[in-house]
Amino acid sequence: MSHSLLAAAVILAQILLLLAMSFSIIRMVRGPRAQDRVLALDALYVNAMLLLLTIGIRSGSLLYVEAGLIIALLGFAGTVALSKFLMRGQVIE
Amino acid sequence: MSHLDALPPWAAILVAVFVMLGALFAFVGSLGLLRLKNFYQRVHAPTLGTTLGTFFMLAGSITCFSVLHGRPIFYEILIGVFLTLTTPITLMLLVRAALYRDREEGSADVPQAQLHE
Amino acid sequence: MIRRWLPYPILSALLLLIWLLLSQSVAPGTILLGALLGIALAKMFGLLRPPKAHLRNYPLLGRLFLRVVLDIFRSNLAVGRLILCRDRRVRSGFVAIPLQLTDRYGLAVLACIITSTPGTIWVSYDPSANILLIHVLDLVDEAGWTDTIKQRYERPLLEIFQ
Repeated sequence: MSHSLLAAAVILAQILLLLAMSFSIIRMVRGPRAQDRVLALDALYVNAMLLLLTIGIRSGSLLYVEAGLIIALLGFAGTVALSKFLMRGQVIE
Repeated sequence: MSHLDALPPWAAILVAVFVMLGALFAFVGSLGLLRLKNFYQRVHAPTLGTTLGTFFMLAGSITCFSVLHGRPIFYEILIGVFLTLTTPITLMLLVRAALYRDREEGSADVPQAQLHE
Repeated sequence: MIRRWLPYPILSALLLLIWLLLSQSVAPGTILLGALLGIALAKMFGLLRPPKAHLRNYPLLGRLFLRVVLDIFRSNLAVGRLILCRDRRVRSGFVAIPLQLTDRYGLAVLACIITSTPGTIWVSYDPSANILLIHVLDLVDEAGWTDTIKQRYERPLLEIFQ
């Protein structure tokens, strides 16, 4: 009983996270300005990281957690570089 | 889903609740990204996913793996530590970039720069 | 001697802890490598010549941390409700707050607190006039927000860092 509940909850959570990712993709496509797109990209990778955690719970493998860790770090670097680009027009000065 | 059957019922229910709550907060945050009117309002929305969304999801993951392996596994906490350290920096940089761009264009919606800046 | 090799003991200890968590073991070799890494990275951090932080009143720091966690929880629910209720007109805007806090570490902590709480975000800070500009999602009254920031966060930070 409780295990089918858990299975249903994980699948429902994955559907919710996929919807969240598609919302951020819609915002990324619609814009209207560059800062909106960067913000949507930031939200997209956080949602992807959470989705990886649920996949990890479903498959019972800790490797997904490490993948999530890497996504969190690389996403940070990407967003910082993009914000810097928006401010100055170049990444490294 | 054979490995999840090894979880005792209390842990299964706890993990289910945590995972659902985490996904729900992330979902509401992204919904806000879609619904709110302008950029400065939208900036607030993804913080839901990075604070409580991540918190509950990590709690679920830690409970699940600790009970499954029979020893405390909490290096998922590092994800939380990195996210809490990095999210304010990215958001502040992004808002400053947006403010700079809006001021350059002379937008009326943002406060203008002080004279001595 | 100890100060020369361990200029930032807390930073070194935290780096060692992160290393142990990442490699998920407490074998002697891992501890040795982590300790070497912690010491070397802390010495490199010293090359940046960071200004000295004067931390006082550690119990207050703990209380402030608990208060911030509670506030993050509450404002998550508030912002979630604001997003889900479609018909409500959201009034948001910028608030300028004159600050007393000038310590750089205190300001950094204040920035992290304000930004990681959903509903408020740190926009810019003018060091010459000491005025902070924040953006608030649910701006009901400006004076109330100024008061909240100053009483709840700035006062304890003043006691801790200055």
